[in-house]
Amino acid sequence: MQFAYGGSQDAGNADALVNELGLTGLQFTNIWNGCATGGSSLNAAYTAIKSGEYDLGVVVGFDKHPRGAFNPKPAEWGLDDWYGEAGMMLTTQFFAMKTQRYMHDHGITNDALVRVAEKAFHNGSLTPTAWRRQALSYDEIASSMMVSDPLRKYMFCSPAEGGAALILCDAKIAKRYTSNPIYLSAAAVRTRHYGSFEVFSPSQPMQVADAPTVTASKAAFELAGLGPEDIDVLQLQDTDSGTEIIHMAENGFCEHGDQEKLLRDGATRIDGSLPINTDGGCLANGEPVGASGLRQVHEICVQLRGDGGARQVPGNPKVGYTHVYGAPGISGVNILTV
Amino acid sequence: MTQQIPIQDGLFTWPSAQPELLGSRCDHCGEASFPSQPDCRNCGSRETSVVPIGSRGTLWTWTIQSFMPKDPYRSDETPETFTPYGVGYVEMPGGVRVESRLQLPEGEKPEIGMSLDLVIEPFRTEEDGTQIMMFSFKPTEE
Repeated sequence: MQFAYGGSQDAGNADALVNELGLTGLQFTNIWNGCATGGSSLNAAYTAIKSGEYDLGVVVGFDKHPRGAFNPKPAEWGLDDWYGEAGMMLTTQFFAMKTQRYMHDHGITNDALVRVAEKAFHNGSLTPTAWRRQALSYDEIASSMMVSDPLRKYMFCSPAEGGAALILCDAKIAKRYTSNPIYLSAAAVRTRHYGSFEVFSPSQPMQVADAPTVTASKAAFELAGLGPEDIDVLQLQDTDSGTEIIHMAENGFCEHGDQEKLLRDGATRIDGSLPINTDGGCLANGEPVGASGLRQVHEICVQLRGDGGARQVPGNPKVGYTHVYGAPGISGVNILTV
Repeated sequence: MTQQIPIQDGLFTWPSAQPELLGSRCDHCGEASFPSQPDCRNCGSRETSVVPIGSRGTLWTWTIQSFMPKDPYRSDETPETFTPYGVGYVEMPGGVRVESRLQLPEGEKPEIGMSLDLVIEPFRTEEDGTQIMMFSFKPTEE
């Protein structure tokens, strides 16, 4: 190895890992970018190799979060204390309110919210490394406790704990290390524009701008010279059911409002035309934020190598896609090919 | 007499017979922000003015907070006395959507587009008896 990028939000300095693993003197840079930490770490490694500075490195992420929703401190996000004291600084509220408005504007119903979670826990039951491995019935999800209207208990991921690591090298030397390399065709990270609806916002402008997911997705497709129609298997940030639905359209995989029918028809299942979160996503794997974006990439590598076992997408998928979204309005997108 | 202080200076006009939220408006592009800020988040201008942004608005989106938030939430409630509360974004005549707690009749759900009025009420009481005043919105009564 020549370098490392690492990230952890709540489990301490990622570089401290090296004290356990063995000291090497190599460059190790910590990344801290909210829920987009994993995606940002990978982006940094991609850039380091592309620049020619290095040709072999590791990206690592891990986390262990306290039980329940995140409880961020306003001062760490450039906000005054009153916003947190009054009970408005909760990620769960934001995703519920974004989903609520989206359902109103685009005719999405509760049925779609339930179907996303049903699929996630089914896929989790097929994934040995998933955190939640028990499939849940439609009725169990639809009648679970309301947490933040319209989102119920089994429609939210739990932060939980976990870790992931990826080894990257210059594509020219990849065959030295493996007979079946996966190519990182594009990695893009973008932040919010004025007018996009973001978490931790005491106010929103009246004008509406594209979400950072839209701009990151477009940038990644342009970089890879590919379009949504070329993607065989994908991972979309699903911290809750509503978010997966919104991200389907924000990433260009369908029109706003078409998700209702796609979900009803099973298009996003492992054997569907648009397989999403084949390992159960954040809903079944939790969201240890340092690791989560890397876990997505790992799952795409498993799928593109045909190692998915019971959850393998049929038809030898060749192009994969990953997407994360994090506070205070960041998105990271990766496109992977064989 | 009980002392009352706002949860933060500069969020709303108070005490006042008709309190209003206070934001800022950019002297160049005219975009509004809440709370007020010295730089414009739209055009980057450093010239903004504090302006009232209104006391009646319409609901743009909402949710119900059904569990008691962890720290830094600071109310007088305990897990036993906690009651779920509404949260939403309210479109203000001053040209900005403001996130606020919503006070709703028990068991009633908010509706997107409903008319809401600003209220300034005690939110919690400090150990020395000082009441901390906070803004929220209630359905318009007419």
